[in-house]
Amino acid sequence: MAAGATYVSIASQTLSSAASTITFSSIPATYTDLIIVQQGTAVTTAAAMQMELNSDTTAGNYSCTFMYGDGTSAASGRYTGDKMVGRNYIQQQNNIIQIMNYSNATTYKTTLSRSNAAGNLVGTIVSLWRNTAAITNVRLFVGAGNFDTGTTFSLYGIAAA
Amino acid sequence: MKIGIMASQISGHLTTPNNYESIATTTLSSTNTITFSSIPATYTHLQIRVLARSQRADTGDLCNFRFNGDTASNYVAHQLNGDGATTGAGGWSSVAQIYGMRVAANSASANVFGVGVLDILDYANTNKYKTTRSLSGYDNNGSGEIYLMSGNWRSTSAITSITIVPNVGTGFLQYSSFALYGVK
Repeated sequence: MAAGATYVSIASQTLSSAASTITFSSIPATYTDLIIVQQGTAVTTAAAMQMELNSDTTAGNYSCTFMYGDGTSAASGRYTGDKMVGRNYIQQQNNIIQIMNYSNATTYKTTLSRSNAAGNLVGTIVSLWRNTAAITNVRLFVGAGNFDTGTTFSLYGIAAA
Repeated sequence: MKIGIMASQISGHLTTPNNYESIATTTLSSTNTITFSSIPATYTHLQIRVLARSQRADTGDLCNFRFNGDTASNYVAHQLNGDGATTGAGGWSSVAQIYGMRVAANSASANVFGVGVLDILDYANTNKYKTTRSLSGYDNNGSGEIYLMSGNWRSTSAITSITIVPNVGTGFLQYSSFALYGVK
């Protein structure tokens, strides 16, 4: 039966100046899933938004499969050795990243993302981190350019009964 | 949380405090299927969040959803999917379940599980057929699939139970986890 409120704000950040990276650290293991909502723009350069977990910088531990429509056609692709979980465009967009079962210590971690960039595309990404560790640290960054001033990042936790 | 974004996979929804509640969660200790029963009618929508790996000897499998024990051909579904190289689309009519998610299966690399989020809208309304939407998929470091899906159960009954089974596999493997939430 219902266990009370289960959708909780853990932390949020609003950029006071352009930056290429933000980090959520010391994430408690008390939830089942995490959700990150990013809303904002790039400064001058569009790029993929990428994610590192638990400070694991080894690109070979990350991969993704994606699908998108850009107003002309639909396409699907795949990257191995790549940390992409979203996109950072000059026009306003949001990326919603669902980090499923982030605190179990038995499975690799898989995330689902949706990128809503109405001036550019709509896309989805499923991403894999090949590590069974519970996630305690999330770093979002762009490989080129910056997140612009005013871009927001919100981290939520969903608890289960 | 004063105001949050109920960030379902399809769009953001503003929620007010205590309007998103955990109803039940099951994590498998051995291969099995899932049934959520005695679901109260006190919410407006339901959301099911899944981590799963099917027993099927392949890298991927579909998750099938049935409501109120109905095994007749009262369901329809559509999908848009990508496999890392091409996109595809498909549909089913008059089938015995909603094809609701795509998850990893037993030939995927060890420890790889698929994930999905499925919303069941207005599940307790007795004047409408019931519609679902979902985003799901898995990545297997060199293979993988991602699916956007919709489904419909052609019944006006309020949903009180949900059964989830693999399309091909006999069950979901150990550590697969299914969480049911209610949205007021």
